[in-house]
Amino acid sequence: MTVIAHKKTALSSRLEATSISIANEDKALALGVLENTPLPTTRTEAWKYTRVARLGKIAFTNQEATISSIDKYNIDSSAPTLVFVNGHFSKELSSNDLPEGISWNLLSDMNAIPATKLKLENEVFNSLNTAHLTGGVQLTIAANVIVGTPVQILHIIKGTEVISNFKVIIDAGKSSQASVVQGYFSEDGENKFCNVTSEISLAENAVLSIDKVQYEDENSFHISTEEVSQERNSLFTINTSTLNGGLVRNNLHIKVNGTNCNSVLNGVYLMKNKQHVDNHTIVDHIAAHCESHELYKGVMDDKSTAVFNGKVFVRPDAQKINAFQSNGNVLLSDNATVNSKPELEIYADDVKCSHGSTTGQLDDEAIFYLRARGLSKRSAHQLMVSAFIGEVLDMIKNENVRSYVDGLLTERFGWE
Amino acid sequence: MIEIKNLHAKIGDKEILKGLNLTVKAGEIHAIMGPNGAGKSTLASVLAGREDYEVTEGTVDFEGADLLDLATEERAREGLFLAFQYPIEIPGVSNINFLRTAINEIREYRKEDPISAKDFMALVREKSKLVELDAKLASRSVNEGFSGGEKKRNEIFQMAMLNPKLAILDETDSGLDIDALRVVANGVNMLKSENNATIVITHYQRLLDYIIPDFVHVLYDGKIVKTGGKELALELEEKGYDWIKAELAN
Repeated sequence: MTVIAHKKTALSSRLEATSISIANEDKALALGVLENTPLPTTRTEAWKYTRVARLGKIAFTNQEATISSIDKYNIDSSAPTLVFVNGHFSKELSSNDLPEGISWNLLSDMNAIPATKLKLENEVFNSLNTAHLTGGVQLTIAANVIVGTPVQILHIIKGTEVISNFKVIIDAGKSSQASVVQGYFSEDGENKFCNVTSEISLAENAVLSIDKVQYEDENSFHISTEEVSQERNSLFTINTSTLNGGLVRNNLHIKVNGTNCNSVLNGVYLMKNKQHVDNHTIVDHIAAHCESHELYKGVMDDKSTAVFNGKVFVRPDAQKINAFQSNGNVLLSDNATVNSKPELEIYADDVKCSHGSTTGQLDDEAIFYLRARGLSKRSAHQLMVSAFIGEVLDMIKNENVRSYVDGLLTERFGWE
Repeated sequence: MIEIKNLHAKIGDKEILKGLNLTVKAGEIHAIMGPNGAGKSTLASVLAGREDYEVTEGTVDFEGADLLDLATEERAREGLFLAFQYPIEIPGVSNINFLRTAINEIREYRKEDPISAKDFMALVREKSKLVELDAKLASRSVNEGFSGGEKKRNEIFQMAMLNPKLAILDETDSGLDIDALRVVANGVNMLKSENNATIVITHYQRLLDYIIPDFVHVLYDGKIVKTGGKELALELEEKGYDWIKAELAN
């Protein structure tokens, strides 16, 4: 028997261990994982269609950088905003105060950050984020408070071979209600890597919605892991819009611990050139009487590729679950690829679950019909694509976010 | 208006139009009748620019332009309109929205200013009334959930909105009850002027009680084999097509 020694990747070779006060056990475990675990390959089931080998060849560093303004990135200009550049807080570009009922702490200012909910064993990117944590923020929403104004967190990555291990912690208190807008952008440079984790918990009866916009450039890697937990009677909504980026991977894990919860996951992705987007979602129904609604739609052009892997678990005690999952794709080019895998694992016997996946092209007959009325081919395509993704975009209830996303579609795809 | 000369077209290896000649002048209504498979819908499709068909011979002059050289949307912008035999449903695309885009792209092509939102809405109100199309239907997704009659009325509504020089109605009467037929025909008649022309493709003489043609043509085996006045339609209704086939055989 031959033993192939694990060749340590360059990935974290030039990074210092984090100076942020994360739990000692987490730090030790994460460093150990990085020491002993190779990067996932396409033989790893969860990474079958997403190649990350390139990341292992780059010796990333983290530096502070400055940007001149957030005007371009201001998704919801009515929202108090916290700005991070390469994971570091930018005081100058951020608002001084958040709305009443939301308190915030920079992770770098905290004395003791609670033990992580992220899985670290075998998880290189979670471990990288933990062991080399650059910065981030904890938002705490007070119990019984309804926060009318959204809070916005913007992250900009800038520079060549620069990494940001960024983290957002959101604790939504009992019977609170709030919404958070998150935007990920980039400026200048090649091979930027934004490796972000979020730990989000909703206490009993909390309502939290997140609108996330990903618009880094084609020279960027972005891996995002959201670990969400829901206690009973809570409602969690996340709308993920991925409109640009070189390689984007979203891991969204929702653990529904309490009864009578509602979980809503919507995603829209539009890619072109050689871009790659991968949405891996898990909804884990542990308790009874809950609902989850998942709708992801994508439009792929040129040689772009998309992966959708949505898994719904219904555990033995989780009776009376309604879980719906749907993924739809349109390919605009013969060279675009979609790998879609909806999965259900049901261990309870009184549940209503459905899942479906479609991948197709725009309807030629419909295009002909529109052109026969005088529309150019381009306008006809645009109308059809807008109609296709409109179903998901309509789920974005924050009108400022919606119009910002519409604006990006115009900017990037020339749509109106 | 339009002059079709020796038009040959095929789909795959199957030749369907085999030397069709037809001239339509402004102010005229022409009816094209014929048995199933004669090539009636093919003619409509070829004129509208459907790419499944290959034109192998012949010319089509439309108001001085070489029609066959134009893309589908350019034909529309030059003033050609096809009312579809089977209007397609397009979920998520609003009727109104796409019509405004269409009108503005046509105007841009003709180097005119875009229509204002106010004028556009006034036009929608006026023209939807013409075909008794509920204003709610006008703003819904294109044909989605429309009944057969509503779809056909929507075709005529769009025609009214776009105000074409030449309208081709491809079996617009099929599947309509008599009330819907009257509404559709009424719409067509109201839009008629000395500057535009209409080609009505139909199976049944019934429609021609409401839209009175100046000429009736019989299309058979890819060619126009007989042309007459409106009385020809009645004769066809009564006797069928066999006598024409027999006439041709002699």
